[in-house]
Amino acid sequence: MFLEIDDLELQLNAWRLRVSLTLGQGECLALIGPSGAGKSTLLSLIAGFEEPRRGSIQINGRAIDHLDPASRPVTIMFQENNLFNHLSLYDNVALGCHPGLKLNASHKVRIEQAMVATELTQIASRLPAEVSGGERQRAALARCLVQQRPLLLLDEPFANLDPRLRHEMHSLVDDLRKANGLTVVIVTHLPDEISRIAERTVFIHDGRVLEHGPTAELLARPRTAELIHYLKFTPQP
Amino acid sequence: MIRGRTLIGFRGSLPGALSLAFLLTIIGGALIAILSAAGSTHLISIFRDPYLQKVVLFTLWQASLSTLLSVGFAVPVARALARRSHFRGRAFLVHLLGLPVVMPVIVAVFGLIAVYGKNGLLGSLILNLSNGVALPLYGLGGILLAHVFFNLPLAIRILLPAWQAIPEESWKLAGSLGISGGSLFRFIEWPAVSQHLPGICLIVFLLCFTSFAVVLTLGGGPASTTIEVAIYQSLRYDFEPAQAAVLALIQLALCTLVAIVLLKWINVLTPSSGRRIDSRHRPDLARAGGRFLDAALILAAGSFLFVPVLAVLLQGIRGPIIEVISQKVLWEATLRSLLIAFGATATAGCLAIGLALSARLFRFSLKMPRTSNFWILIGSLSLAIPPMIIGTGLFIVLLRADAVDRGTLIVISAVNALMVLPYLLRSIAPPLMQFGHQHHRLCAQLGLAGWQRFRLVDWPVIRRPVAFALGLGAALSFGDMGVAALLDTQGATTLPVLLFHQMGAYRFDEAAVTALLLTTISLTLFWLIDRLVGR
Repeated sequence: MFLEIDDLELQLNAWRLRVSLTLGQGECLALIGPSGAGKSTLLSLIAGFEEPRRGSIQINGRAIDHLDPASRPVTIMFQENNLFNHLSLYDNVALGCHPGLKLNASHKVRIEQAMVATELTQIASRLPAEVSGGERQRAALARCLVQQRPLLLLDEPFANLDPRLRHEMHSLVDDLRKANGLTVVIVTHLPDEISRIAERTVFIHDGRVLEHGPTAELLARPRTAELIHYLKFTPQP
Repeated sequence: MIRGRTLIGFRGSLPGALSLAFLLTIIGGALIAILSAAGSTHLISIFRDPYLQKVVLFTLWQASLSTLLSVGFAVPVARALARRSHFRGRAFLVHLLGLPVVMPVIVAVFGLIAVYGKNGLLGSLILNLSNGVALPLYGLGGILLAHVFFNLPLAIRILLPAWQAIPEESWKLAGSLGISGGSLFRFIEWPAVSQHLPGICLIVFLLCFTSFAVVLTLGGGPASTTIEVAIYQSLRYDFEPAQAAVLALIQLALCTLVAIVLLKWINVLTPSSGRRIDSRHRPDLARAGGRFLDAALILAAGSFLFVPVLAVLLQGIRGPIIEVISQKVLWEATLRSLLIAFGATATAGCLAIGLALSARLFRFSLKMPRTSNFWILIGSLSLAIPPMIIGTGLFIVLLRADAVDRGTLIVISAVNALMVLPYLLRSIAPPLMQFGHQHHRLCAQLGLAGWQRFRLVDWPVIRRPVAFALGLGAALSFGDMGVAALLDTQGATTLPVLLFHQMGAYRFDEAAVTALLLTTISLTLFWLIDRLVGR
């Protein structure tokens, strides 16, 4: 297995997250569940922003628990604040190659390729405030690409976009995943919408994995009352 | 991971720890010197000294009265400015409210004398109209006048956000319910304003309690002496370091008490431009009485604040400019003041950035908010330990080391750095914290840390507030007369102290030119640093 999360536990006051799951190379996993269930917290644990009380995370058989966020084979996109507003889109993307922006020729090639893949070449010199929300998220995605890390975590990065843009971004993620062999974990409140890109889905409720399986099957035949209730109130695309 | 956190904690503490080491050396050294000087003195006998009792009581009395008058006038003036949010020149007027903050104290005192003194614009008029009865400018009256001059605009600027925070819907609701006049103030404005008042009163009290230059120049003698002036007199005229040390300890105890209480309210004390207030929906706007009252209040406050500034300008221009600027002593003093200002500002800037960076790391990376607050608190120490106390301690150190001549400028610079540090820290820490809150995870993910993070990410964000704070710090330090007067020796006279000497020798023509030069350089320093660093 590419990603193995074994009995990972985090305690925050009275609330507890306890998760075990696995994910194959190149797969896309959707994390769904009500607000406060622990979806984003799980991503924070994988990315290294939170310290688990116990359990382990392995990528390609190698434990990553002891690594700081910058050293993990993981890259992440947040819902907002993915870019530094005083830097151009190009510089924001380039930060993924070198944190001091000391770029060599191979970095520049990599950035160029990512800009082309995300269709940002024409607006590379603009500041984030001068482009649309979709373009900003594309720049953040481009930076994730130049980091060349095998696991991409998406923490509801397209939630603030309109449905059409969101659809486009999901397609772009799917294309890039296939082209670059990325493994993707995406947090979402719109399971139907990402069902075409996520092969598997995990339903998290109150810090626990209640259901886990192929997306189409899980959404069509929910077993637990919690998932039935959740899907009943989930907005349709 | 634990080892990683420890390493991050150690590295992250480094900038703050260096700042802390500097602060502890200066403040700790000063306090040890004071305690050792006071050690042999019989404390009880000093407390029983009627003169010192009188000094302490007068200090408290003048600070209380000054606070009452400053804040008492500030509430109606701020209300008038909040109610009339769209008149021509309002933005300029509100902007000018910041002028007394930047203006050197000794220059403002000169301006007040130029207006209210026997030969002043208003003073002479009153003298003629009242058959020889002059305004009591020297003594309690003058001290109160000057303290209101400095603190009225400060209180207005802190109070204005209270009106800014009142939601538009409250005014609309009041209009639909027919609430107006006194009820409007009682039910809508007072609840918003009253929560700011304890903090404002405490900060104004603290500023007046530790006021030095005003009392020294306008106190007029032993009857109106405060603790800080008594310290100055003990060191400069009576040569009694022990008595000065005991006075410093009393001052320290009282200031610490006020500062501890102040901490509770310090977060609401944010001076504002007050330009975003929108009063269009207030139901009491059209009343003729209210319009007249507001106009009268704004005009009176405006005149009170700006006529002395204009007097400085006019008297300076009419003074013997060529004669004064050809004096070598003037330029020597100017150079010294500039060196002190640059030294103090650069030091305070480094200290503030170091403390703020450590505070941010502890809050977001290590999730230790209490330790984070500690770093910020350290930078506010000079609120509890006034510069004059630190200056007194360091003066004792210099006396004992027989190094008064050699160490004076460095000591003045260091003390001024501590004086401006809280201003700088309060300007730098909030944007750094806010930016840290937004991007700390992204920075961690990208491996942005240390110098790279500061250069690429932090500096572009904090450059503007840092530039503003450095400019303000340089202007304040350039115009400060407190410790510079205490340490005034041959070859160490600063420009504000030179002005004080000229005023003391009744060379008011020369003083007018010096005051104008002092103001011009202060404002230029502020403008230049803000411009060069911030843009």
